[in-house]
Amino acid sequence: MTQMNLLLVDDETEFVTTLAERLELRGMTVRTAGDGEAALPMVEDDPPDIIVLDLMMPGIGGMETLKRIKASHGDIPVILLTGRGSTKEGIEGMRLGAFDYMMKPINLDQLLRKLEEAAEKVDE
Amino acid sequence: MNVRGWFGSIYKRLLHIHKASDAPDRYLALRRNITVIMLLVTILPLGIMAGINHFQYRKSIKNEVIEPLRVLLGKSRHSFQLFLEERLSTVRFVGSAYSYEQLTHERTLSRVFRVLKDEFDGFVDIGLIDGSGVQVSYAGPYNLLDKDYSGQSWFQEVVIRDTYISDVFMGYRKFPHLAIAVQRVEESRNWILRATIDTNLFYELISAMGLDPEADAFIVNQEGILQTRSRFYGDILEEIPFDLSAQTYGPHLMETVDPQGREVMVAYVGLEKPSFRLVVVKPRALVLRTWITLQGEMFFVFFVSVIVIIVIVMKLADALVTNIKEADDRREAAIHELEQTQKLSAIGRLAAGVAHEINNPLSIINEKSGLMKDLLAFSGDFAKKERFEQLVDGVIRSVGRCKTITHRLLGFARRKEVYFEELNLNALIKDVIGFLEKEMVYRNIDLRFQTADEMPAISSDQGQLQQVFLNIMTNALGAVDDGGRVIVTTWEEDPKTVGVSIQDNGPGMSEETIQRVFDPFFTTKKSGGTGLGLFITYGIVKKLGGDIKVHSKEGEGATFTVYLPKTAKQGEASSPEEIS
Repeated sequence: MTQMNLLLVDDETEFVTTLAERLELRGMTVRTAGDGEAALPMVEDDPPDIIVLDLMMPGIGGMETLKRIKASHGDIPVILLTGRGSTKEGIEGMRLGAFDYMMKPINLDQLLRKLEEAAEKVDE
Repeated sequence: MNVRGWFGSIYKRLLHIHKASDAPDRYLALRRNITVIMLLVTILPLGIMAGINHFQYRKSIKNEVIEPLRVLLGKSRHSFQLFLEERLSTVRFVGSAYSYEQLTHERTLSRVFRVLKDEFDGFVDIGLIDGSGVQVSYAGPYNLLDKDYSGQSWFQEVVIRDTYISDVFMGYRKFPHLAIAVQRVEESRNWILRATIDTNLFYELISAMGLDPEADAFIVNQEGILQTRSRFYGDILEEIPFDLSAQTYGPHLMETVDPQGREVMVAYVGLEKPSFRLVVVKPRALVLRTWITLQGEMFFVFFVSVIVIIVIVMKLADALVTNIKEADDRREAAIHELEQTQKLSAIGRLAAGVAHEINNPLSIINEKSGLMKDLLAFSGDFAKKERFEQLVDGVIRSVGRCKTITHRLLGFARRKEVYFEELNLNALIKDVIGFLEKEMVYRNIDLRFQTADEMPAISSDQGQLQQVFLNIMTNALGAVDDGGRVIVTTWEEDPKTVGVSIQDNGPGMSEETIQRVFDPFFTTKKSGGTGLGLFITYGIVKKLGGDIKVHSKEGEGATFTVYLPKTAKQGEASSPEEIS
């Protein structure tokens, strides 16, 4: 679990930076991106182990970002965050290849569990 | 105003009753007006028809019964005329057959008189009168020889007209008779032959008419003096109580009331010579017996018809107004329900919007406080560290509560997406019961699941139905004490609907609580209830085309019953997003 290389993508800077700090406190390497357009080159340059991706973002949006990531780096697990409380979006994302989804506000322990599961999956 | 406008205004005035007016009065007025209109349009034409029939029948029946009377009068007139003509021409014949000289001989005259009496009934006497009015020869029962008639009016008349028939008179003979006189004019002189006739013979002619005992027939002269005895209206030479002044030769008919107060029909014809009138009087009731019977029957039929119409119209109006009232009530209930649904939709939409907006800052608060907690955990001891940790935990707990609310509200807004699929309702409910099993075992709650043997598969949204039953059952578990009982029952309500009831033996609800049980943010739970569970449940059930009912009494537990259509049917109460 340690030395995990994460990419957090969310337009809500306050949220994403705070979450990054919390995860870093737990020994992870975390980078953040404000939208899909910023995230995609970061994935290209240095593919992270796991991506946490918000679905509601300006620009190309979460769902499109997910599609593009899956197209170029299909093996990176993506955990989706949704602020709408909608199961439908989560399910749609999982159909597109996302590893799992969570509803905001998130429970950090849950997120950590999912990250661990995703990491195990990558190791397999 | 044209006819249409006229009817329009009548219609408006009678049937368009303002809703604003007091409801019971309104229906009473409506029923009254419908009754009046229907009675008018049925009884009025019936009455007019009956009236027309009445007059038509009376006319034709009168003609029918009066015609025989006319014929009878005509025939009888003929008999009377014949009787008088016969006697007149006999006397005339005697005057022509015999010369004045021959007739002056008493013997000749007597012989002629005898022959006359033998051949014709009614001759009383016969006399020969010379031009100066003196009776020169006479044959008969009286001694009237040499009587001078020159001063009498009939003598003047016969001299001018050659023939004369007198009115009936009693004379010295003391029985009714009339005189016939004929003038013979020869070159040298004129003379007159005069015979008297017993008018009792008239009665034979009258009885030949064959009249009813209530009827009467008689002869009067021009002045209305009886020439024959009348059965009801006096003796000979008395005046009759009718005015027969109409100058007609042909039969004439009139209706009047006689001195005895009977309504009578008087028919009469004039005789040519002398100017007598033959009169028949019949009681009206007798003449128009057929008519009166028919009239009675017609009145009976009319009366019965009117009563039947009134009864039917009143029953119809009653049924009609009852139906209208029921339709109004149903419509009002539907409007009420629609208002309720719209109210809930509007609130739901608002709540979902707010929830969405709050969700993001809530996430930030969540993370910030989480970070604070992390930092506290990673830092060494310092003054009041424990207090800080408690405070942060408090913030995180509160965020958790907010999260529950926002997620539920968002869940309500999410209802738009409905996925219909074939599902087994019993299996679905068993799944839901599975979620709650732990709590039930822990609290020793007796849950019974009673299901119909053959439950049909229904088409609905699995996830949303799970939420519905989870919400209701969670409430039921919350309502009962430890060791309480919850009974879940499924059945087939009708060929199109299935029913599920969840009954608990908790404290039940007051009437007021039942009224508000589906309102958002309404809760009776002392801690932790968001007041959204049943609000969302109600919305989902409506969305799935079903219905939900509550039945409860304080102290007797509560029963929630959900009705679901078997086949997919989008509910009329759309999700909040669709109602604008």
